[in-house]
Amino acid sequence: MNASDTDDDSYNERSALVPAENPTVPSYSPEPDHTPPNSSPAKRPQVTRRAGPPAADGGSGSSDQDVDLEDEELTLKYGAKHVIMLFIPVTLCMIVVVATIKSVSFYSEKTDQRLIYTPFSENTSSVGRRLLNSVLNTIIMISVIVVMTILLVVLYKYRCYRFIQGWLILSSLMLLFWFSFMYLGEVFKTYNLAVDYPTVGVIIWNFGAVGMICIHWKGPLQLQQAYLILISALMALVFIKYLPEWSAWVILGAISVYDLVAVLSPKGPLRMLVETAQERNEPIFPALIYSSAMMWTVGMASPADAQQPGHETDEEAEQSNRWAEPERRQSRSLPEEELEEDRGVKLGLGDFIFYSVLVGKAAATGGDWNTTLACFVAILIGLCLTLLLLAIFKRALPALPISIAFGLVFYFSTDFLVQPFMDNLAAHQFYI
Amino acid sequence: MTAAVFFGCTFIAFGPAIALFLFTIAREPLRVIFLIAGAFFWLVSLLLSSLVWFISVQISNKESAAQQKGLLIFGVVLSVLLQETFRFAYYKLLKKANEGLLALSQEETMPISIRQLAYVSGLGFGFMSGAFSVVNILADSVGPGTVGIHGDSQHYFLSSAFMTMAIILLHMFWGVVFFDACEKQRWWAVAAVVISHLVVSCLTFQNPEYIASLVPTYVILFLMGIWAFYSAGGSLRNLKLCLTCKDKDFLLANHRPR
Repeated sequence: MNASDTDDDSYNERSALVPAENPTVPSYSPEPDHTPPNSSPAKRPQVTRRAGPPAADGGSGSSDQDVDLEDEELTLKYGAKHVIMLFIPVTLCMIVVVATIKSVSFYSEKTDQRLIYTPFSENTSSVGRRLLNSVLNTIIMISVIVVMTILLVVLYKYRCYRFIQGWLILSSLMLLFWFSFMYLGEVFKTYNLAVDYPTVGVIIWNFGAVGMICIHWKGPLQLQQAYLILISALMALVFIKYLPEWSAWVILGAISVYDLVAVLSPKGPLRMLVETAQERNEPIFPALIYSSAMMWTVGMASPADAQQPGHETDEEAEQSNRWAEPERRQSRSLPEEELEEDRGVKLGLGDFIFYSVLVGKAAATGGDWNTTLACFVAILIGLCLTLLLLAIFKRALPALPISIAFGLVFYFSTDFLVQPFMDNLAAHQFYI
Repeated sequence: MTAAVFFGCTFIAFGPAIALFLFTIAREPLRVIFLIAGAFFWLVSLLLSSLVWFISVQISNKESAAQQKGLLIFGVVLSVLLQETFRFAYYKLLKKANEGLLALSQEETMPISIRQLAYVSGLGFGFMSGAFSVVNILADSVGPGTVGIHGDSQHYFLSSAFMTMAIILLHMFWGVVFFDACEKQRWWAVAAVVISHLVVSCLTFQNPEYIASLVPTYVILFLMGIWAFYSAGGSLRNLKLCLTCKDKDFLLANHRPR
């Protein structure tokens, strides 16, 4: 968890495999969780927000004008490329989720089984009662997330690193072994394949062990990225299966609002987390952040940089994409680090999960591809806009709200308005 | 048979467009972003036209089939006009964002020219339009069923695929011509694009008679292709140099006007 402070370290990094925990990058996801049954699903909001901050300092507040301009140039310089570096994994995750939903019926079957976080059933007769139940479910879920986030912030503040580390490892163990076992079982059932337990054991053991190593220790970058995409997809599938219909939509909306509040308000838990990490000049837990390129810059920002917490925090917080910023700043303070290579971007896994939940639910309900496509395009455009706003405002902007808002608007409008229109056109074979 | 129909129709409908995407757009991040933004704009225009259609259907007489068909035709015309309006809006937005783009890219010069933007945005419109028209049909073609069992045409899937291909390419050509006409303030050309879009859509009203709708559509496609080629700066000389690989740099940047 300590950032490497010297050039030597970075030199070593270059020759070694990419560590999953990038010492220089503070990407952190306070919420490790992914296993809904046991821990808080909150990871998501935190992840995004977390993204950043520790990195470095964000603030160019006190820096010179020159430095500011330089920063801006470098920031925008990587803009378009980084947008695409995020589009690809987000698209891949959505493709995995949609492909699974459309082929394996297990994940779109109605079930009465629910998570403990959404105890109210939606099988009621009246619309009002159902709405009430979904709102109550949402309130419970969001409060669990808030409590978990605050718990994490407290743990981090009191330096209980081992505890957090253990929590992260436990969650990823659960995802990599248990959920992938279930997934494999359902795929075999769908395609009617008879596979014996020893074979499945070997497959799952290999998959899980390599995944743990790649995610928590070192591994080839692409393998690590693939694992992160897969576990996000698995998590999204679990949410799609176990969250009741209306609750899922209300939760998506509520989480976006929570994201907005937690990132932009001064007393938001994420913001506090980021600031704490910056004060200590430490990277936040990088285990649950998707990283698109190797970070070869050196250790944490110098003390001078650390005095400008606000700026970076924002950027990072937003989606953890902005690694470009922190790296940039660091290279500024370490001129010998003229690493013009791609610094890559990082995105919290929670973003992946909730985007995929939205698109997956669009695919699961209705069986209509137009809605799925519309949500997909809306989410990508939201992501693009978020990055653009980030580059313009240079403040912490949460990643979820814009994309989820667009996604929800397009889901409901395509489902209710566009679908009948297109169906009628297709029936007559009219083209617009 | 169903898998064959599915793959065949998918490749017919999307083949040229995906080839264009892979060879010319996929490697440039900025172009991909503008492609998706173009698709988004088309989607918004569709949303608005569906909204108007939906409202008009709700207040109309749902029993009368003739009235419903009339409303559908009205919906189609409105949708075409809205699509072209959004194309114009996208053009305006891109012009305004030019300076921002300059900052976003790595070079000091414009990272992407207005002509490339025209091509990319046209293709974005085309992709989305084609996808919305045909994806549900393709999904249905995988499953079991008999085409035209109630007396409709048996060539439904195939004609849909060909029509979709034409529409996607047409959108791309319309984009190029439209942006070029807006740049040069030639409003008659803009009107011609709008009218040709209307003509193509109205041709589909005759639809079970595929000869009457597909053949003129392909003729219009061919003509628009030639027009787009010339307005993008192409010429016979360029074409010859390109085909014989004599001119390495036949891209517009180095084209000397004759």
